[in-house]
Formats: sequence, C-alpha cells, structure tokens
Amino acid sequence: MDAQKSLKTKIEVRNLNFYYGKYHALRSINLSIPEKRVTAFIGPSGCGKSTLLRTMNCMYSLYPNQKAVGEILLDDENIIDGKRDLNSLRAKIGMVFQKPTPFPMSIYDNISFGVKLHEKLNRGDMDDRVEWALKKAALWEEVKDKLRQSGDSLSGGQQQRLCIARGIAVKPEVILLDEPASALDPISTARIEELITELKEDYTIVIVTHNMQQAARVSDFTAYLYLGELIEFGETTSIFTTPKQKATEDYITGRFG
Amino acid sequence: MNLYQKRRLINGINLTLSMVAMGFGLFWLGWILWTLLDQGFSSVSLNVFTKMTPPPGSSGGLLNAIAGSLAMTLAGVVVGTPVGILAGTYLAEFGQKGWLAPVTRFINDILLSAPSIVIGLFVYEIYVASTHHFSGWAGAIALALIVVPVVVRTTENMLKLVPNGLREAAAALGAPHWKVIVLITLRASKAGIVTGILLALSRISGETAPLLFTALNNSFWSIDMNAPMANLPVVIFQFAMSPYDDWHKLAWAGALLITFGVLGLNILTRIIFRSKTTLH
Repeated sequence: MDAQKSLKTKIEVRNLNFYYGKYHALRSINLSIPEKRVTAFIGPSGCGKSTLLRTMNCMYSLYPNQKAVGEILLDDENIIDGKRDLNSLRAKIGMVFQKPTPFPMSIYDNISFGVKLHEKLNRGDMDDRVEWALKKAALWEEVKDKLRQSGDSLSGGQQQRLCIARGIAVKPEVILLDEPASALDPISTARIEELITELKEDYTIVIVTHNMQQAARVSDFTAYLYLGELIEFGETTSIFTTPKQKATEDYITGRFG
Repeated sequence: MNLYQKRRLINGINLTLSMVAMGFGLFWLGWILWTLLDQGFSSVSLNVFTKMTPPPGSSGGLLNAIAGSLAMTLAGVVVGTPVGILAGTYLAEFGQKGWLAPVTRFINDILLSAPSIVIGLFVYEIYVASTHHFSGWAGAIALALIVVPVVVRTTENMLKLVPNGLREAAAALGAPHWKVIVLITLRASKAGIVTGILLALSRISGETAPLLFTALNNSFWSIDMNAPMANLPVVIFQFAMSPYDDWHKLAWAGALLITFGVLGLNILTRIIFRSKTTLH
C-alpha cells in the first residue's frame, strides 16, 4: 500500500453503492485509482466488477432503473451527483467494451466521430489525429491503405484496436477497459496487453478481466471483488503473492471461482 | 418398429403434409399469376402508355391512371414516411418507460390491421366532405395513413435489432443521445428502414378502397392534386365490372402493370437486404 500512497490519485471512489432496480449490486466500495497506472478489477462472474467500471463514466445513466449512491471523485470533483455534464466527462474518460463495436462507417470516420463531438478540426488536423490515434493503438500499419473501408471489414482483434484508437483519439485522461480481450484469440490478446502497457505512460487505465494471468501481467494494482464488495485492493505483486485475505487467495489460486 | 424407424415415419408424414400444404398455396398463386400474365400481356400495347382512359367502344390507354397512381403513391409515401420514421424512432429509442409508448404501439398495431376501406371512409369524412370534392390530395392522405403504421413498425423493429453495445459505445465517447440516434443507430438500420418504406410502397400501390372515396377517378389527363384523379386500382375496379370487352382488356393491362411494379419493388428490397447481410 505504500507505493500506492506516493502516487497521485486520479479517481477516488467513496462509499459507493449501486442498485439495479431493487438489487443491491455494489456495497460501500472505497477505492483509490492511481494516475498513469493500470488497475485491474478481478472476481467471479456477477461480483460487480463491470458494474463498478461502468459507474466511472456514468454509463448506468442510460438506463432509468439503475442508480449509484455515494461519491466518485475525478481529480477531486464528484462525477455522479448529477451536476457534471456527462458528455464532457466522457471525453475525459474513454471506454472500450468486451465486444468490439465498430460503428457502421469507414475506419477513418470511426475515429473522427468522437473527435468531432468535442473539437472542431480542419481536414489536415483531423487526418493527423486519426493517424496518431491509429498509431497509438498499433493499428496504423494494417489499415493505412484502407481508411475508407468499413470498420466491419476488420478482424475481431483489429476491430478492438480500432475501438481503442477511437477512444484515444478524443484524448481522454482515463481509459476504462471492460474485458477488452475476452472475445479475442491469444495473439490479438497479446497485442492488446502490450498496448495497455504502452498506454499507461500517458493514461490512467482501469481494466476488468476474467483472466487472472492477464491481471497479473498487465496491472500495477488489483482489486478483488466478491458479491458486490471490495474484498482486497493493493499492488498486484502483493495481491498475487501474499494476499491478506483468505478469500482472495482462494480465488487467485483457483480453489474458488 | 424400433425408435429410429418410428421417427423416420413421423418425419416422412410431416414432410409430406408440409409439401402438400405448400403445393396447395402455390397452385392458386400460380393460377392467378398465369391468368394475369395470359390476359395482361395480350392486352398490353403502346396505347396503354400513351392514351387516356377511353369511353366504351373507342380505343384508349391508361396514361392518366398511371400518372395519377404514381403521383398519389409518391405523395402518400413522402407524407407518411417521415411521420413513420420519427414515431418508430421514438418507440425504439425512448419508449422503454412511461405509458405513451405502449399506447402508441397498441394503436399503431390496430391501424396496421385496419381495413383500408375504413381509412378511405375516414378521409372522406374529414377531408372530402369538408372540401366538397374528391381530390388527389385526399387520396394521398388516405394512402399516407396506410404507410405510417407499416413504417412505424419496421423502423421500431429495425432499431431494436441494433445491438445496445453500439449505443453504449457512442455514448461512452461523449455523444449526446440525439447524435447517437441520428449518426449511429439510424445509420446502422438504414437498409431495414428502406425495406420497410418499399414494403409500404408496394402495399399502397394496389389499394383500391381508400381511393374510391377520396380520389375517385378522372377520365381526362389531370395532374392537379386538388381535382379528382385517375388511378390504376379504381380504373381496374370500374373497367373490370363493366360489360365492355375493351374495358376488360385495359383492366387486365392495369393489373399486370401493378403486379410488375410491386414485383420490381420486392426484388429491389431483396437486393438491398442481401447487400446488408453480406456487409456483416
């Protein structure tokens, strides 16, 4: 926990409770996500890790029966009190989903779509931004000659990197990844993991994963959730080698889950 | 008889019954089509496309009826489509909570299955009776009322097929709700919505009852939408009921034209759908 203390906190979750209708999905979560590090959420299915991730960009606000109570501070400003403009918030906090979701338009337009929402760029600047984002997402070499082709024409792994590029193009400060590699083959997964390691130089990254080896490989900090509660949170190395809680140890050693 | 033989026997019986049912349906369809082609092609000549509907005993064509049908069908689609798309979008994108959407959906379903003659009478009552004359506009309004529920239904269904992940992904980039709808979900379901419009178009191109009380008919060339207007379905109805042979021939020619028009539209629909499915 000492290394964590010395880092600047990017997102601070305080006493967060989350409800799907009457179902109490998250119980009093407290957690600090350090800036420019990778934080992983692990836990068995239904433990609330995706739910927790989706509160950080207020994704739940799309659904009338979902409700978050508590505080989530982004740079010390509460983002879930309903006062924050969600569209400018989401420009700061990008998200990549489990299933690749290319928009029904060209590769170029997939990237420029998000940029156009927040900035007015001229043609040349937009071209530069698209190239920059695709390079960041390690996709440029594969698609530079077919930017006008539909995003659907790419392979699953490429589509997921397109979605990452799309998120980066908006120049967010935080990137939320919701099981970004669970639908991909091992080679594509390895590329995404490499990418995550490169991206943490500039971005705060939060990743939800089912795959504990993945969490161990890519993350600096790990949170273990179970049945809507945060069981343990700390540096990944200590969580995986000397967990303080018996429940965490059982889960990561595969005795449970 | 063991289990597998029994299964094979049941399979055989059911397959035979299905084939017989299909044959029964196809038989009538084939007969109708054959009669239409036989009578229609022998009646189609250049005159059909160049001359007006004639009085009994003289030669003529269907030009005024073709023009009237095209004008009213187009006007009906142009008026009905925006209403249908907007309402369908409301139902699919905003209709999760509250009472308005379920009520609208229910009324739309009733309208979808309402007999078209009722729609004709309705437009007669509110428009024709108050303007004191039949008109092309009245016909177009009646046809638009048939277009609306079809387009509402297909638009809603097509938008609901768009995976929620796409909406979330666009919202997660900071897109406001209306931009998500206009730039992402409507675009993703474009092919399906166009299909719905074409289906509505083929549906109204053969409707007779709503035009009988609204556009009526006109023996002369007229593209004045404020005057009674000739149209293929009513001309077919009138000519087919008459005792005159040359009128009968023109009725067959008109029926053939409508059938081929609808067939063409359906083929177009399929081509659009195919290009959509190969895309994904």
